[in-house]
Amino acid sequence: MKTYIAQRLGIAVLTLFGMSIVIFVLLRLAPGDIVDVLFSAAGYVNPAEKKAILQELGMDKPVWQQYVDWITQIMRGDLGKSYRYDLPAWQIIRPLIPVTVELAILSTIVAVVLGVPTGVISAVRQDGALDYALRVFSLAGLSMPSFWLGMVIILTLVSWLAWIPPLTYVRPTENFWLHAVQFMLPALAVGYRSSALIMRITRSAMLEVLREDYIRTAWAKGQNERTVVWRHALKNAVLPVVTVIGIEFAFLIGGLVVTETVFNLPGVARFLVEAILWRDYPVVQNLVMFIAIIVILSNLAVDLLYGVLDPRVRYAS
Amino acid sequence: MAVRPVAELEFAAPATPVRDASWPATILRFARRKPLGALGGLLLLVMALTAVFADQLATHDPIATQASATLVKPSEEHWLGTDHLGRDMYSRLVHGARVSLVVGLGSTLLGSVLGGIIGLLSGYAGGKTDLIAQRLLDILQGLPLLVLALVMSAALGPSIHNVIIAISIPIVPRASRIIRASVLSIREMQYIEAARALGLRHLRIAFRHVLPNTVGPFIVLVTAQLGAAILVEAALSFLGLGVPEPYPSWGRMLSVSAAEYAQKAPHLVLFPGIAISLAVFGSNLFGDALRDTLDPRLRGA
Repeated sequence: MKTYIAQRLGIAVLTLFGMSIVIFVLLRLAPGDIVDVLFSAAGYVNPAEKKAILQELGMDKPVWQQYVDWITQIMRGDLGKSYRYDLPAWQIIRPLIPVTVELAILSTIVAVVLGVPTGVISAVRQDGALDYALRVFSLAGLSMPSFWLGMVIILTLVSWLAWIPPLTYVRPTENFWLHAVQFMLPALAVGYRSSALIMRITRSAMLEVLREDYIRTAWAKGQNERTVVWRHALKNAVLPVVTVIGIEFAFLIGGLVVTETVFNLPGVARFLVEAILWRDYPVVQNLVMFIAIIVILSNLAVDLLYGVLDPRVRYAS
Repeated sequence: MAVRPVAELEFAAPATPVRDASWPATILRFARRKPLGALGGLLLLVMALTAVFADQLATHDPIATQASATLVKPSEEHWLGTDHLGRDMYSRLVHGARVSLVVGLGSTLLGSVLGGIIGLLSGYAGGKTDLIAQRLLDILQGLPLLVLALVMSAALGPSIHNVIIAISIPIVPRASRIIRASVLSIREMQYIEAARALGLRHLRIAFRHVLPNTVGPFIVLVTAQLGAAILVEAALSFLGLGVPEPYPSWGRMLSVSAAEYAQKAPHLVLFPGIAISLAVFGSNLFGDALRDTLDPRLRGA
């Protein structure tokens, strides 16, 4: 187990290293540098001023040095400076993190609560009418852009219930219920989409487990359907589902990027979009790296968790 | 996902196409066995036909603005109403099918072919080459598809070509993994051993003898990724980083302006979203059914 963890950690570090190069190169491909963008509103750039800013950004140094500087900066946990706000990026991002984390957790809960039971029922009623209906329901979730679903939810509330969701972020301390509603709507939009993946994996895992000998034994003992399906079968089928929830995490962040924009929630994902649109490259570079680290750590956590949950994995590797 | 015995993977028969039946008969049988898949295929066909005959189907110029008729509700003159600039929504949707299909299919094919070649070579070569190739692809897969496409299209600048490239790159690792998996089992087949015994060069074996047998998984891969690519295009365009004006893109039609006028004219939000959803729904249904038919081993994967 120890070598397994060490191996996984080593791979994670190498992957992150490679990713930092990809991100670094990608953003150097961008046309026009940040100074031009910053000054495009003014229409005139003072050459001396431009040089000063380039120097401050470290962009007058050779490319490899810029990369090394960036890595050392990241290693120190420094997220750099936002040029749009003229503030350290961390100061802007820190208050945004709870919003995104809350939304991510709520969406995951929606996805699991919706995905696991429908997957189980679908598998038990394989090829029946209910199975078809549930599969179409989950595929529909996978097919609708979550940001559009969000817009439709808002539109329905406005035109049918004449209720307008708060336009700005409401703190839980200000008005808890309004805050809860404000977060539940986007969580439903994102979670419904994510539930489709969980439902499909649960269904196929259940189908496999339900054909195993120990399930037949359970039936033979005369246990009722509820015990066989939900107690015996689900316990083993849930393992692959855990992996999916981990993979889901990357998928979820993708969904949040647009959903936070639609619901006007001040989260990290929306900030990333804004930073990209403003060409606030130092922030984009660091935020993307930050996301990469979280995704890789969550994958690692799932891998290790899998080893804990399933002894077969622990010894096979 | 689940752990399967190695033997099963190695000895599983490659996808066997139906040989004796003619084309129409094959399609009919597919429709009877997989009604949902057939429905998906139909949706895709309708989308493709709309894209091809967009000029004939449109009733108005999709780009022409009309200051006297903005935010018109669906009517006889404007079947699906007009947007905030007085552009005919129906004509824009019809032309939008072209953009969605070109970007969706273009990026999916580009990503799948690139990934497929990498998967073929690294799976066939095995050993260190394979290991290094897979680790390199892990790097690309570590980022959410949308985030990578977002950064890429911002870096490349707005144009249809660049959007296609931006969406195709995240598809590469996913494609290569699937093709590699099927190459690994094909590699162990006896006819490959025979080809080797004949003294054929490796590249020839890989491209002439292994490659044709990955066609099944490849088709499945393309249909499965098509929906995802259409969704990413919609999201990119929605955020203003996708297909640039004046091309009518479904995602762009939903962007800020639509959200602003949503209350006055809900049709601005409803119709483009329905178009995106139907297109993606179609490719998901069709892809699933194809996967079950062509490659039962991947069921539920």
